[in-house]
Amino acid sequence: MLAPRFGGDRMFEIFGIPSTALFGQLLIGLINGSFYALLSLGLAVIFGMLNIINFSHGAQYMMGAFTAYLILKYSGLGYWPALIIAPIIVGFTGIIVERLFLQRLYKLDHLYGLLLTFGLALIFEGVARNYFGSAGLPYTVPESLRGGQNLGFMFLPNYRAWVIAASLVICIGTWFVIERTRLGAYLRAATENPTLVRAFGINVPRMITLTYGFGVSLAAFAGVMAAPIYNVSPQMGSELIIVVFAVVVIGGMGSILGAIVTGFGLGVVEGLTKVFFPEASNTVIFVIMAIVLLVRPAGLFGRRA
Amino acid sequence: MRKALGLAAFAAVLACGEANAQQVNVKIGVLSDMSSLYADIGGPGSVAAAKMAIADFTKDNPNVKVEMIAGDHQNKPDIGSQIANQWYDVDKVDMIIDVPNSGVALAVSQVANQKNKVFIVSGAAASDLTGPKCNANTIHWTYDTWMLANGTGTAIVKTGGDTWFFLTSDYAFGHALERDTIAAVEKAGGKVLGKVRHPLNTNDFSSFLLQAKSSKAKVIGLANAGGDTINSIKQAAEFGIVKGGQSLAGLLVFASDVAALGLPTAQGLILTETWYWDMNDTNRAWTKRWQQERQGKWPTMIHAGVYAGVLHYLKAAVALKGSVSDGKTVVAQMKSMPTDDPLFGKGTIRADGRKIHPAYLLEVKKPEESKHPGDFYKVRATIPTEEAFRPLKEGNCPLVSG
Repeated sequence: MLAPRFGGDRMFEIFGIPSTALFGQLLIGLINGSFYALLSLGLAVIFGMLNIINFSHGAQYMMGAFTAYLILKYSGLGYWPALIIAPIIVGFTGIIVERLFLQRLYKLDHLYGLLLTFGLALIFEGVARNYFGSAGLPYTVPESLRGGQNLGFMFLPNYRAWVIAASLVICIGTWFVIERTRLGAYLRAATENPTLVRAFGINVPRMITLTYGFGVSLAAFAGVMAAPIYNVSPQMGSELIIVVFAVVVIGGMGSILGAIVTGFGLGVVEGLTKVFFPEASNTVIFVIMAIVLLVRPAGLFGRRA
Repeated sequence: MRKALGLAAFAAVLACGEANAQQVNVKIGVLSDMSSLYADIGGPGSVAAAKMAIADFTKDNPNVKVEMIAGDHQNKPDIGSQIANQWYDVDKVDMIIDVPNSGVALAVSQVANQKNKVFIVSGAAASDLTGPKCNANTIHWTYDTWMLANGTGTAIVKTGGDTWFFLTSDYAFGHALERDTIAAVEKAGGKVLGKVRHPLNTNDFSSFLLQAKSSKAKVIGLANAGGDTINSIKQAAEFGIVKGGQSLAGLLVFASDVAALGLPTAQGLILTETWYWDMNDTNRAWTKRWQQERQGKWPTMIHAGVYAGVLHYLKAAVALKGSVSDGKTVVAQMKSMPTDDPLFGKGTIRADGRKIHPAYLLEVKKPEESKHPGDFYKVRATIPTEEAFRPLKEGNCPLVSG
């Protein structure tokens, strides 16, 4: 038995857990973190640019997964086309929401946007539950990503490897566009002083609308990514969104980099909790949130208090 | 004289007629999870089943008037007992039925006992409801954790799955299911290598699955339900658990869960239920009617239990001539009458409140074996009534020991 197997070779132990097992758990944590990062990224973009706390983000994530299912059912198109089409469709519904409702709320307190999007989330979920029930819908891993690699310390399903890679690319790409390009500079300027930016001949309202649409389509993208491995049910978003909000708060509201780094980081922390004290795995993030808020009220990467 | 006799006879006929047609008024409350993870195994489907039972019963007994209300306990014991209190006190509900989620059911059972009303459990699983926590106001109709553990656990150990690792939902139901399954597994000669308890509504099980994998147990027992079970099975397939030689035991899997997983993912899974819609013509005919209200859905054993429970309750109410205000008397009446309904057949309710009937060990079909929509299972074995549930004396129910 020379070949290293998962949990087999106890080189050294950390708190009674073999080190090899721990590597596996760290990797799993990173993968879960990539979902947190993708979702909190969308939230951070929307909050940073529109000053709207988008409580319907979880519902829009759910809509992404449901759209993928419906695309498969009615047009026979599988996972890969859905990964492009579903975010576009859901992003478009986001644009409608922004044009109809949200644009009237920018001048008001954050609370109004929060209440509106929370109400919309309840409606989206209720409609989905009414038509599809609560048990969930079947969706399988695409043929090309089935199976996995034996890394020695763990079995890594190909799909999870794809999730982590895609999420990293999207996160870094978004960060780059917003922080390092001219378009991003316009966006950031429009948040600071819309009147001045408009004076330069830039259509600020349209830019804001498209930004909201983009944030929503990020949620839908995460939803399609989740469909093959998580249960596709109407409440899939509301279960996740609370954690994602904690991630955003810890990272600093509106900070793109904060959202990404905390997303991955908290995934790892949660993963480790699942090994050492599984019962606390759904509370650990909130404990961290409380501590961070006590020490740094603006969050780890927040720009100002 | 003849005239007097005739009058007396006429009066007697009148009296009898009045006794037979005595007006019976009862109010039933369906308390369930209407909007969250258990809404498809109970929820609106339970309401539909209760309506069908009421319609069927009042058709033959036009003197019975049944009012029905429904509520959502949101899987929170405090909300559940608050609704139960209000229904029993203010809304004058005589009987509450269903209540999936054992935590809520245990709370409602206490309320029913304090208010001396009737509570029929169909949705919840914890065997404690007819064990240490039993009372004279509660009847547990459809299934329980002991029956699931005994059915699935014993059968799997007998076919060679003798080492187990548990993924357990961290609340009353999961603990009860885990405890009862461990007892069944050890009794059959198996061994438990480890367990991990996860919070209710967990999204990602990969970390727990890795722990289960490294335990090298032959069987991974899923002591959870609803979305948690679906996520566990979906991700176990992804992580190659079954391909790696370990097998999954779904300790509580419903037809709606199998529909959500799809046969390609769920095939081969072994589970125990007390009712399956596609088992015989009566069940299929009933399902067709049920689907008029719940289009595109498949009824679960919980829905069947709500239907049968309401029917039996109404029979008891008629036998008591409509005096249903004393819950203990009604429950005693229900226990003294043999049960007989189209879905579960003939049966009885024991002193501890346990309704007993056969259970079925089922296996999820391969996609190519499935002939029509909803054709999920093949029946591997029937567990007879007297073996399906925990023996009366082993439950530690105070009603039994005296």
